[in-house]
Amino acid sequence: MVATALSLAQNGSDFFQDRSESNCIRDDGAFCAGWVIENIDRYVQPTLEHLLLVTVSVAAGFAIAFAMAVASHRARWLVPPFIGVTGVLYTIPSLAFFFLLLPITGRGNLTAIVALTAYTLQIIYRNIVAGLANVPTDAKDAGRGMGMSDRQLLWQVEMPLALPEIIAGLRIATVTTVALATLAVFAGAGGLGPEIVAGSNITFRTGVVVVFVILVAMALAIDLLLLAVQRWLGRWRIAGEAPSRRKPRLRRLRALGSERA
Amino acid sequence: MIAMPLAFLDAFGGAIEFIFTPRESVGVQVEVGGLGQVSELLLEHVRLSAAAMAGGLAVALPVGLYLGHRGKAELLAVGIGNAGRAIPELALIAFLVAFVGIGFINVTIALIVLAVPPILTNTFVGVRQVDREAIDAARGMGMSEREIAMRVELPLAAPTIVTGVRTAAINVIATAAIAPLAGVLTLGDFILSRNVYGDEGVLAGAILIALLALVVELVLSAVQVAVTPKGVRLQRAAAEA
Repeated sequence: MVATALSLAQNGSDFFQDRSESNCIRDDGAFCAGWVIENIDRYVQPTLEHLLLVTVSVAAGFAIAFAMAVASHRARWLVPPFIGVTGVLYTIPSLAFFFLLLPITGRGNLTAIVALTAYTLQIIYRNIVAGLANVPTDAKDAGRGMGMSDRQLLWQVEMPLALPEIIAGLRIATVTTVALATLAVFAGAGGLGPEIVAGSNITFRTGVVVVFVILVAMALAIDLLLLAVQRWLGRWRIAGEAPSRRKPRLRRLRALGSERA
Repeated sequence: MIAMPLAFLDAFGGAIEFIFTPRESVGVQVEVGGLGQVSELLLEHVRLSAAAMAGGLAVALPVGLYLGHRGKAELLAVGIGNAGRAIPELALIAFLVAFVGIGFINVTIALIVLAVPPILTNTFVGVRQVDREAIDAARGMGMSEREIAMRVELPLAAPTIVTGVRTAAINVIATAAIAPLAGVLTLGDFILSRNVYGDEGVLAGAILIALLALVVELVLSAVQVAVTPKGVRLQRAAAEA
């Protein structure tokens, strides 16, 4: 998949090879619907590239964070160092990260993917650990009473019960990455970033608005999709706590507040 | 195979040299780099970030405290935090350039927009999760609503609020790096103007921005420990034991 991402077209397309008959670019009003209708197809390829950057980065981040969470579930002493290391990666601004990687990985999508992946680790790892910690003791005791081994307990009881919180982490990571991936343009990667700053795109108002709308719509769509998955996976919890509706709400708030304590 | 790691070490060495010693720029004959210019851009970066954080706190803290105390508008207070994450920083700056205008004040306002959501949401959540019994006890002692908010809820919510401040600060510092696009020369200028500073200048900028973010994060995590009330610390220690 990384190979596909690498072969993506590079940025630098000239925005102003305009084929519309209107005077949108010359007038440069606040928003020119005619230009959008005539030129919307130019955004299809960058949008798909952007989506690919986000998907590859979050998928790689999830795979690494998941492996780390499983390892630290067995060996608890690993949790503080893992939180520390992912915390440092999370703190380094993406733009700086791209350029720190340049001497090692060179310009292009690989650099962007490595930096974006590193950024998602903290969010996803914390949520998996929190999800596993919030599994009710009763459920674990019941599993043990049935004669489950540690491994069986993890995969058949703890992971399924932690899934809603794990998906919640994925949602945060994905939405953030959609926004951050625009900066990948400075690392020479594709996506929607070049549509904002390459050439003199930044001074064309209608273009800026279009990209803004595409980005927010993309983040919203992915968020809602994952929210639906999260609700569906968490339906046991709602059924179990149906008599009092106040508690789950408080717990949800707690989960939000402790996102990065 | 041996030459490759040495090559990138060399690049980092050059970048560090750029930070400490001025040199001639790539294009026109001007002096760039060195501690003088570095401290100038660093100062502007810090000034811009501090102004945005001050503005963000001034807006988000009172609103979050009020809504949290009243228990009102949960959907708005929590939703704004989620929506804030979806704001593409680069598009925000582009929006500024295309519609509002450039300069220090405009960029500060844009960065305030980024700083408000995490602080507001965490303040709200922090206040909401304060133990009801503590609030009832305060009321029983005859505290006014204002006193409850300021002397009970605010201190108990402080650790959660600082978590939001940390998120906001990191985001603001990161976005201040692209402020040169809107005419404010921060450390990001080293990165964005490669044709002036050269590859080593770009790398120097990346190192400086990363260091700045890490230092601020360290300072704020120390602040977080400092503002955590003793009672909360004891409670947590008891829960972990």
